[in-house]
Amino acid sequence: MPKPGTAGSTFEGRHLLDDLILNSNQYKNLMEGTLVTLQVIAGSFALGTVMSLIMGVARLSSRSWIRGAALIYIEFARGVSAIILLFWMAYALPILFGLPSIPGMLAGILALGLNMGAYGAEIVRGAIQAVPKGQYEAAIALNLSNRDRLREVILPQAVPIILPPYGNLSIEVLKGTALVSLIGLSDLAFETQLLRSGRVRSVDPVNLPFLYLNVLIIYLILSQVIAYLFRVAERRSARKFVSV
Amino acid sequence: MQTTWDWDFSAEIFPRLMEGMLVTVAVTLIGIVIAVILGLFLALGRRSNQPWISYPTAWFIEFIRSTPLLIQLFFFYYALPQARDLPRWLTTWPAFITMFVALGVHYACYASEAYRAGIESVPKGQWEASTTLNLKIKTTWRSVILPQAIPRSLPPLGNYFVAMFKDAPIGSAITVQGVLFVARATQSASFRSVEPYTLAGLLFLAVSIPAAMFVRRLERRVAYESD
Repeated sequence: MPKPGTAGSTFEGRHLLDDLILNSNQYKNLMEGTLVTLQVIAGSFALGTVMSLIMGVARLSSRSWIRGAALIYIEFARGVSAIILLFWMAYALPILFGLPSIPGMLAGILALGLNMGAYGAEIVRGAIQAVPKGQYEAAIALNLSNRDRLREVILPQAVPIILPPYGNLSIEVLKGTALVSLIGLSDLAFETQLLRSGRVRSVDPVNLPFLYLNVLIIYLILSQVIAYLFRVAERRSARKFVSV
Repeated sequence: MQTTWDWDFSAEIFPRLMEGMLVTVAVTLIGIVIAVILGLFLALGRRSNQPWISYPTAWFIEFIRSTPLLIQLFFFYYALPQARDLPRWLTTWPAFITMFVALGVHYACYASEAYRAGIESVPKGQWEASTTLNLKIKTTWRSVILPQAIPRSLPPLGNYFVAMFKDAPIGSAITVQGVLFVARATQSASFRSVEPYTLAGLLFLAVSIPAAMFVRRLERRVAYESD
C-alpha cells in the first residue's frame, strides 16, 4: 500500500490504519514505559499484599492496641487518596525525616502499596469473618496454636473469598500506577507525554488521538491479563476444596 | 532547604489551600451528578434486550473501568482538540469542565455496576406482578423496580463518590486549580514542600474520613431495612 504524504498530522490523505498503528520507534518508547509500569505494579502489589494480610489479621486481634493501630493505618492510608500520598511521599517525607531524597520508584511503590494495603486489609478482614465460626472452634478443640489456626485453617478458606475483590483492587492499583508519571517516573504515561510534547524525536508526526488510543489499549491489555491471572487463581483455589 | 515545620508559613498558605479544596470539592460534586445520571442510563443500556445497545454499553463500561483516569484526562484535554475534522466546540474544553466530565464519565461506569446489582436484587415476583397488572414497561421501571433498586444501590454508590473525591486532585495534571495544584504551585514558588503537601493531606482526611463513616452508617441502615 503506497503511503500518502506524511507531512500533515490531519486525517486527510492518510489511511486510518496509518494513524492507528504507530511506528516502531514510538512503540519502543511505549514499551520502555510499560516495563517501568510493570515494575511499579509488581512492587506495589507485593507491598500491598503483605500490608493487607498483616493489617487484615491485626484488625481482628484480641489485643485492642493492635486493633487500634491497624484501624488508624487503614483510615489514614485510604482516606488520604493515592495521589496526595504519592506527592507527600516524594516531596514531604524525605525532608520531614531529614532523609536524602527518595528515588521516584520507591516513593511510587510505597504510596501505591500502602494505599492498596489499606483497601486489601478490609477485604482480608471481611473474608476471615466470613469463614464459619465452627472452623475456629474446631481448630481450638484440636489444640492448634494461634499461628497454625490462622495458617492451616482460616486463611486457606478465606482465600477463595479474598480473590475476586482482590483482583479488582489490583486493577485499580494498575490504573493508579499512571500517577507516578506526575512525580517524574518514566512509566507508560510519562513516555506518552514525552511523545506528545515532541521531546522524543520521531520520523512520523504523532497523531495525538491515536497515540492515546494506543496507550489506553496497552493499559486495557494489562488489566485483562491481571483479571485472567486472578480467574486462574480462583479456579485453582476452588478446586483445592472440591477434592477434600 | 527547610528542616522543620513552619507554623507561620502554614498559616499563610492555608487559605489558598482551602480555595483549592473548594475547587476539588466542586469538581467532585458536579462529577457525582454526571455519574448518577449517566450511570443509570448505562445500567439500563446494559440490560437492554437489543444486542446493538447492550454489547457496546458493556464494552464501553469495561474499557473505561480498565484504563487509568489520568490517560483518559490527557486524551480529552490534549489529544481530542487535535482531531481537526471534528468541530472545535466538541473537542476543546477548559480544564475545569474536562475534569468533571472525565471524572463523571469514569465513575458513571462504576455507578452502573452499583445500579445493576441493585436492580438484580429486586425479586423476580415484582416483575411478574407488574406484568400481571398489565403495567407499561415505563411504569414498571419508574414505579416498581427503580424505587426498590435505588436504595439498595446507595451504599456502593456512596463508596464510589468518596473514591471520586480522592481521584479529583488528578486534575492538577491538566491544570485544574484544585488543592494539589495549589500545593505544587506553592512548592515551586517557595521551595518548601513539607507544609503544602502535609496540609493538603490533612484537608483530605478531614473530608474523606467523615464521608466514609457516613457511607458505612448508610450501609448498616440499608442492610437493616432490607432484612
